[in-house]
Amino acid sequence: MDVLDLTRLQFAVVTIYHYFFVPLSISLAATAAGLQLTWLRTKNDKYRDLTKFVGKLLIVTFAVGVVTGLVQEFQFGMGWSNFAKFYGDVFGPTLAIEGMLAFFLEATFLALWYFGWDRLPRKVHAATIVIVAVGTVLSAFIILAANSFMQHPVAYSIDPVTGRAHLDDFGELLLNKVNLAAFPHTLAGAIMVGGSLLLSIGVWRFRATAEAGFRTLARLGAWLTVLGGAFTAITGDHLGKVMTEVQPMKMAAAEALYETTTGAPFSAFALGKLDGSEPYFTVDIPYLLSILATGDPHSTVQGINNLQEQYTAQYGPGSYIPMIPVAFWAFRLMIGIGMAAMVIAAYYLWSTRKGREPERWHDRQLIRFLPLIPLLPAAANTVGWIFTETARQPWIAFGISKVADGISPGLTRAEVIASLIGFALIYGIVAVVWYRLVRHLSRQPLAPSKDEPAPVADEAPVY
Amino acid sequence: MITLWFSLLVLCWMLFFVLEGFDFGVGILGPALGRDDHERGAIVRTVGPFWDGNEVWLVAAIGVTFAAFPDWYAALLSALYLPMVAILLLLAIRGVALEFRGKGDGPRWRQLCDAALTTSSAGIVLLWGAILGVLTHGLAVGPDGQVTGTGLSRSLGPLASWPALAGAILALFAALLLGAAFLSLRTTGPVHVRAQRATLAIASTGTAVLAVLGIVTGSWLLLAAAALSLIITLIARTGREMLAFAGTATGVAGAVVAVFTHHGDVVLRSTLNPAWSLTMTGAAATGSALKLITVVGVVVLPGVLVYQAFSYWVFRKRVSSERVPS
Repeated sequence: MDVLDLTRLQFAVVTIYHYFFVPLSISLAATAAGLQLTWLRTKNDKYRDLTKFVGKLLIVTFAVGVVTGLVQEFQFGMGWSNFAKFYGDVFGPTLAIEGMLAFFLEATFLALWYFGWDRLPRKVHAATIVIVAVGTVLSAFIILAANSFMQHPVAYSIDPVTGRAHLDDFGELLLNKVNLAAFPHTLAGAIMVGGSLLLSIGVWRFRATAEAGFRTLARLGAWLTVLGGAFTAITGDHLGKVMTEVQPMKMAAAEALYETTTGAPFSAFALGKLDGSEPYFTVDIPYLLSILATGDPHSTVQGINNLQEQYTAQYGPGSYIPMIPVAFWAFRLMIGIGMAAMVIAAYYLWSTRKGREPERWHDRQLIRFLPLIPLLPAAANTVGWIFTETARQPWIAFGISKVADGISPGLTRAEVIASLIGFALIYGIVAVVWYRLVRHLSRQPLAPSKDEPAPVADEAPVY
Repeated sequence: MITLWFSLLVLCWMLFFVLEGFDFGVGILGPALGRDDHERGAIVRTVGPFWDGNEVWLVAAIGVTFAAFPDWYAALLSALYLPMVAILLLLAIRGVALEFRGKGDGPRWRQLCDAALTTSSAGIVLLWGAILGVLTHGLAVGPDGQVTGTGLSRSLGPLASWPALAGAILALFAALLLGAAFLSLRTTGPVHVRAQRATLAIASTGTAVLAVLGIVTGSWLLLAAAALSLIITLIARTGREMLAFAGTATGVAGAVVAVFTHHGDVVLRSTLNPAWSLTMTGAAATGSALKLITVVGVVVLPGVLVYQAFSYWVFRKRVSSERVPS
């Protein structure tokens, strides 16, 4: 691999890793806020215990999100300094505003909430976690605006002298139609990740301890997974249509549709060459691709070959075709895995309805394997981002700047390999430690034991 | 307008170095001032609710640098690629060790976290100190505004210099003093006694070392630091903890401002040709971006300062390091 590919790989590795913890933080913060507000309203201490339980998971997850998120702020200058110079006017303010508006809120109020149980009046204390949840959502919205610019540049002009992008209107940048479609889709996907983690822990701990609160936790998680899943599907459909409009090549790559087709089918499954160019076995759903792309079964979907011709005429010679096998399979896996998680969670809800215990053989098998369910939405989120980002190639900002032009001049393979090893090593250790801590924290009982004396205010929470 | 943004940028960096400075100092001093698991737990708790909010000042500082001076951001981070990677990895270890320490089980786990916290904090301080030192000297900025050269010599070369070494030592001294003064202010019990003694010892040693170095090199900056260190020694002797901490913090803040304004309106000096240096106007973003961040900065940052101060006020109670007989 040359230095460009290595630098891309590094960006992908640290970003994908970061994005395991971000959706968890977003959904756990929202869940904790919801649970605490429920406790305030119902005065039922079960919800306080659940809030604290989710809070412990949130705090260890948030910490990893913070330290890996910091890396993102530096990446653009370290590996992609030409991009940073070209795009600094647009991206810089966006990052700065995200930090000032959202990160300070999240970090400060999460600490106030976590350590403030005994020091703040109840309502003020509940407000702190609501502020944290708002902060996470706000930060998602702002950073997705930056990504949406890369997908579909708006609100900019190119300086004729320096050749650099200038920001014209921040409001327009935020309200990019890609962002308006990608933001709810991303949030819904995030809710699925957190929901499935709670479902997993709830099922596992309820089986081990029979503590009723864990059943509530499991069912809450299952509801979040199902609702998040449904919302992901609806918003994904909308995002697909917007994407067909702004990046037809991406959607053509998603179906490996080489020739422009009217009334195009969608292949749910395909065997043949990996890039889908010579399928010898496919399961086609007629008209579905046209419906996904525009909503009209008889509409015309542009093919890869035609788009390549069109782009060569428009942007000059070169390949404008992304990695088709990656796009084709990532798109299918994203939908398939995500929907599988939703169906499994829905089945769990059904098999435990009205206080029922899952007793039949296949129900018990389901319970045995349910603790693995968070892997599904996490994987679906990841392949979704891999699809979005790789199928934009060769562009770093669609239509105005290519990835190859963004890299830092003078960067060497040795440096990138050294840093890649460093990140892989430390991130690997952190992931293992995070997993073990989540297991350890989950093993603690939900309700504080009656036999133990209440901890001294100053000593709790233990740090 | 550019001066305003430059001031905001310096403010963010200054707050990062002061606030995280004591976090790092507390991290380094942990094993020295805490004799057992319980005492070290108390030491970590003094920064527990604050470190994360303090670290966001780094996010703000780097974000503002990117936003207001993209050329500076691009040149500095790409040139110092490996030191930046090292800082990020150490910051990751530090944050995780701090946050995970009390969540795991058993004294061995906490020992491991303490060791990770101390070494990573020390590493971060030395690296940032070296980078600040390099900033006073400059980098090999070429005619296109990017730093010339390639590979390890570009990444690591600047750190093997006298300004970098001086910066690293000064930063370590500053972090230790900040950490000790902060611990004196925030604890009771045996840790409190040791932190007071440590403040005095670090300040007086620092005074002597800085004075000697200042006289040998003839640097006014070092002599000024020595004078300040002497004042802090005298304050610490009277046991006025708040004043000692405030004095140290002022000193660190002043040093950061001095580094950033060292070359006037040159933000990154070129060691090759003065004409290639990155200046405030040359490296700055364009009008609309600057206007936007001005509005957000002027409106949002004061709010941030208010609620961060509120958080310090809520957790103002000293952490006791005495053993409570149970």
